[in-house]
Amino acid sequence: MQTRHAVDSGIALVEDTMKQIAIISGKGGTGKTILTASLAVLAENKVMADCDVDAADLHLILHPDIREHHEFRSGKIAVVKSWLCQGCGECVTACRFDAISDNFMIDPIACEGCGVCSHICPSAAVCMEENRSGEWFISDTRYGPMVHAALGVAEENSGKLVTLVRQHATRIAEDERRDYVLIDGPPGIGCPVIASLTGADLAIIITEPTLSGMHDLERVAQVARHFNIPAKVVVNKFDLNTTNTERIKQTTKDKGIDVLALLPFSEQVSRSIVRGVPLIEYGNGQIVKEIKMLWEKIKD
Amino acid sequence: MIISIASGKGGTGKTTVAVNLALSLHNVQFLDCDVEEPNAHLFLKPEIHSQNIATIPIPQVDEALCDYCGKCREICAYNAIAIFPGKENARGSVLVFPHLCHGCGGCSLFCPRSAISEIPREIGIIEQGYSGDIEFIHGKLNIGEIMSPPLIRQVKAYTNPEKTVIIDSPPGTSCPVIGSVRGSDFCILVTEPTPFGLYDMTLAVEVLEKLRIPFGVVINRSTIGNRSIDEYCRIKNIPILMHIPFEREIASLYSQGIPFVREKNEYRKKFHDIVRLSEIQQMVYRK
Repeated sequence: MQTRHAVDSGIALVEDTMKQIAIISGKGGTGKTILTASLAVLAENKVMADCDVDAADLHLILHPDIREHHEFRSGKIAVVKSWLCQGCGECVTACRFDAISDNFMIDPIACEGCGVCSHICPSAAVCMEENRSGEWFISDTRYGPMVHAALGVAEENSGKLVTLVRQHATRIAEDERRDYVLIDGPPGIGCPVIASLTGADLAIIITEPTLSGMHDLERVAQVARHFNIPAKVVVNKFDLNTTNTERIKQTTKDKGIDVLALLPFSEQVSRSIVRGVPLIEYGNGQIVKEIKMLWEKIKD
Repeated sequence: MIISIASGKGGTGKTTVAVNLALSLHNVQFLDCDVEEPNAHLFLKPEIHSQNIATIPIPQVDEALCDYCGKCREICAYNAIAIFPGKENARGSVLVFPHLCHGCGGCSLFCPRSAISEIPREIGIIEQGYSGDIEFIHGKLNIGEIMSPPLIRQVKAYTNPEKTVIIDSPPGTSCPVIGSVRGSDFCILVTEPTPFGLYDMTLAVEVLEKLRIPFGVVINRSTIGNRSIDEYCRIKNIPILMHIPFEREIASLYSQGIPFVREKNEYRKKFHDIVRLSEIQQMVYRK
């Protein structure tokens, strides 16, 4: 296991044997949460971190009991004191985010909190207020501790909240000498994905044999390489298009990326979600066998 | 009219709905705002006519003019500027962290010595072309880049109100989604009938209510899972625009990048009806 490096996202510099595994995908809906929940059953002595703070779903399977509840404050937002405003319009001209209307109302959703309006206002009529933009939790589950969060809807800074969730999951893992941090990542390749990935020991990229899945796999694999995170691939619903599955196997081989498992399409997956149980405890057959084998391959 | 397609949960079928809707209408402009993972081009296969580099302005400090007063660092809300003041004979220095900069322009605006100008920094590209008579535009965020909202704003600047504009947005509920859907006349939420689909849709519904955008729901893979979405929509009085059953044929066409209305013509009328329904919803909403 490699030594983690300090990263600018603020994950502490530690030298130990704890392994951080991030499950990501590029394309959404390919099975990240299903896989994370199953690994949560299979891995011993671990902490779970749900880093899809925009649309967190892991709690629907792992049913956490919330132990600690914290507010997440991030960034600021402009507020106009209308009684001081002279109506000069300097703020409207200076704002690059179109967040101030011609009648000097702030659009809190467009405002990025840069503060230019408050600095430029000649009558000090604009002040910056702290923005409460979500909450985060430390919880207990049947499978071990879990750190998760809920970003307020229509909020920004999900990357910061992801970093916070990961920091606390890592801290718990260190304090309790746990062997793994299992990170359920968000879709995409942007800010929250990068925050989920930096400093991880392994990225499992789960994809599907569709043109979209293949295209997104390519991009997210580049992100992992960009940040020097070793990546391995899982092809979900591989039997829905075996030609494409072969192409994924070939292109990943050319890039030196292992395919860890091919998971067949199974209606057990959506049934396990409806029941709110990890697939590995609900299902049987090939898909369960493959996930167990996958874990054996990466656990050391 | 501007119709955006959104979802909360990823992989529910936004692009499928957006693309098939576009192919069922006339005089369409298609904007793919999922700049992190744009996929619509895989289905519409547009001929690209122009490529433009998308940039945001970042500060460039002329250290010949700078006296390290620290005003820019004080202004910057994103900690994108660090200053090391000079000591005795040694000159100081200013460090800019381009990836943290939002391009607000505050530092150059307030520098007392006018030592800061702005230079463009590339964050991605915007491509424009045609797929049949559909005008197609998408943005692609560069690898390792975190600033998707400015790129989304730049893609949306191409909006042509003379056409029916279809916007494919990214998954989630935070800034990139807001940037994509705001300003739409109607939003189609695509979901799947599982607890994941339901939970993430309730978040998306909150976003749209906050933005005051009228919306309806398309239930994809409607034959897998449970009836929870239908129930939720009935209680909340949200119109269900369409059910798309799970069929291996649809899944297989999708996997090959073929929009299913090309093979299943009967759906063109259904997509057409969505637009008429959305017009009615907009009228109701305005009242």
